[in-house]
Amino acid sequence: MSPIKIVDEKCVGCGLCLKVCPVEAITLIDKKAVIDLDKCTLCGACVSSCKFKAIIITRLSPVVKEDLTKYNGVWVFAEQRDGAIASVVFELLAKARQLAADLNTYVGAALLGGNISSKAKELIFRGADKVYVVDSPDLDHYTAENYAKAIVSLVAKYKPEILLAGATTTGRSLVSRIAVNLYAGLTADCTGLAIDKARRLLIQTRPAFGGNIMAEIISPNFRPQMATVRHKVMPESERDASRRGEIIKEEIDTKVIDKRVKFLDFIKETISTVNLSEADIIVSGGRGLGDEKNFSLIKDLAESLNAAVGSSRACVDAGWIPYSHQVGQTGRTVCPKIYIACGISGQIQHLVGMQSAKTIIAINKDPDAAIFKVANYGIVGDLFTVLPLLTKKIKEIRNG
Amino acid sequence: MNIVVCIKQVPDTNDVKINPETNTLIREGVQSVINPFDMYAIEEGIRLKEKFNGKVTVITMGPPQAIEALREAIALGADEAVLLSDRAFAGSDTWATSLVLSKAIEKIADYDLIICGKQASDGDTAQVGPGIATHIDLPQATYVRRIDTVHLDTTPKVIVVERLLEEGYELLEIELPALITVVKEINEPRLPSLRGKMKAKKAEIIKWSNADLMIEENQLGLNGSPTQVVRIFTPPQKATGKIYQGEPEATVAELIGEIEDLLK
Repeated sequence: MSPIKIVDEKCVGCGLCLKVCPVEAITLIDKKAVIDLDKCTLCGACVSSCKFKAIIITRLSPVVKEDLTKYNGVWVFAEQRDGAIASVVFELLAKARQLAADLNTYVGAALLGGNISSKAKELIFRGADKVYVVDSPDLDHYTAENYAKAIVSLVAKYKPEILLAGATTTGRSLVSRIAVNLYAGLTADCTGLAIDKARRLLIQTRPAFGGNIMAEIISPNFRPQMATVRHKVMPESERDASRRGEIIKEEIDTKVIDKRVKFLDFIKETISTVNLSEADIIVSGGRGLGDEKNFSLIKDLAESLNAAVGSSRACVDAGWIPYSHQVGQTGRTVCPKIYIACGISGQIQHLVGMQSAKTIIAINKDPDAAIFKVANYGIVGDLFTVLPLLTKKIKEIRNG
Repeated sequence: MNIVVCIKQVPDTNDVKINPETNTLIREGVQSVINPFDMYAIEEGIRLKEKFNGKVTVITMGPPQAIEALREAIALGADEAVLLSDRAFAGSDTWATSLVLSKAIEKIADYDLIICGKQASDGDTAQVGPGIATHIDLPQATYVRRIDTVHLDTTPKVIVVERLLEEGYELLEIELPALITVVKEINEPRLPSLRGKMKAKKAEIIKWSNADLMIEENQLGLNGSPTQVVRIFTPPQKATGKIYQGEPEATVAELIGEIEDLLK
């Protein structure tokens, strides 16, 4: 029997579900919705669209492994490289404090690394009540295998009900291993988190289908509830050096260390010194620049703003700038405070990578360019004239 | 060197247009294609095979029509293809999807390397690759932008890869068998040859359902997925922006006037 069903008595044939179905699995036959089960992915979009509650998805009652009420605490994975804690961790701690307040529980942070214990205090100053430190030479360099093992054993021992990580390259590859290991629900790249107090559930909001639709996701029967969170969407917690908390030291059993992956080296490599994912401001150039050398206009503007340099796919494909600068579907998803798109037409593949930026500024000579549809501010004009003027003005402002 | 490449059929975003009035996607007539990132995974698999011999097996989990994606992969140079299709798989989140794929790979048994695209363009989770590695207990390297060296004559066999990070890349040495996910930078996918297309037409695609994988029902599809989508909604539309046209000096001044506070 199929888990999805149309209740014919309730279906009025309005067709709303047809419009929201992402896989075109629904058709109207004799004014009733009919679902093609070979196409349906059971995503649930139709269920929430139906005003007449005519579509029902039923699940088997889940295998509940253990008493879920034993789990409490909101944990954050304290990502760091060479002892520098990633700024997304401070964003997560601020969010964790709100969630923990709603749940009336504590905020925990899991800090892993080699010679890392001295950083635990910083996490307390930023909002953690308890910091679980696994300080071991075996964890000196991040590998997903060993970091996952360490966190899985922490979770088994302390049973947090929520575990958050940044949706970074590290966070995304790490927590998927943890979730599979623990049989826990994991939602990727969330832009919103809230608590359903009555059911003690984490409501995870994330963009779906390229960001034009948002999905709310829960993991009611599994713990911890896990999510990676998009960088720069949530504000950082304030640092308060008077905050007190508990530091709990744990060890990783050297016998379980996975030696199949060996870290050899890290090579730093970006044009500007500003990391694209961490940048508050990004200035991006597109095909409209016409030539590699004109990227200097982008770099000048970026420098005046202390911004990172981004790029559309066209410029990367043309070899004007390395791939690590590409914003968009096949590049990075970014969420800065200000995104300045210069000479970028705004194809959907680019938009999905940047449209959640708080303020979007577009400069393009074509008034009909799609980028203006998502822009908060725009200048229709020749970027070769506009950019130098803009850079000059900003320098004047910034220099007082 | 035997390679398994995991692929997904997704809506072609080149076809997707935005309805300017409602700001929603127009999906009518959208073609299905191989997830763009998986094209790099297929290409890398074929290149490794060409260099070190062996075979490339592509697998996908999806509805019956996903067979088209497998044929395309064969046209590009893959040797074998497995379609994992069963109504019981529908509704799988990344946990359950990676379980199905991992069981199929274990059934294939003879492999040195599993390659996935870094993420699928429709789900954007990047969770399935590491999920498969964990289900099988394999080492992984995500966001690989280059395979530097391959040592097949050592025990164990190892590869050295460059893993792309936010601020650069790291070099990792990994024992095989292993799973890697790849980014666009790794190669430039070829186009299918005429001979490949002919071969793809006639190729026999292996089809497995859960009768072949024997996964417990409560770990499959909707029932085996820890996450549940409870609501889908269209985000509030952004107010129309202020767009300035005219003399460059004037437009820049107007823009600066608006954003001056943001820049401080």
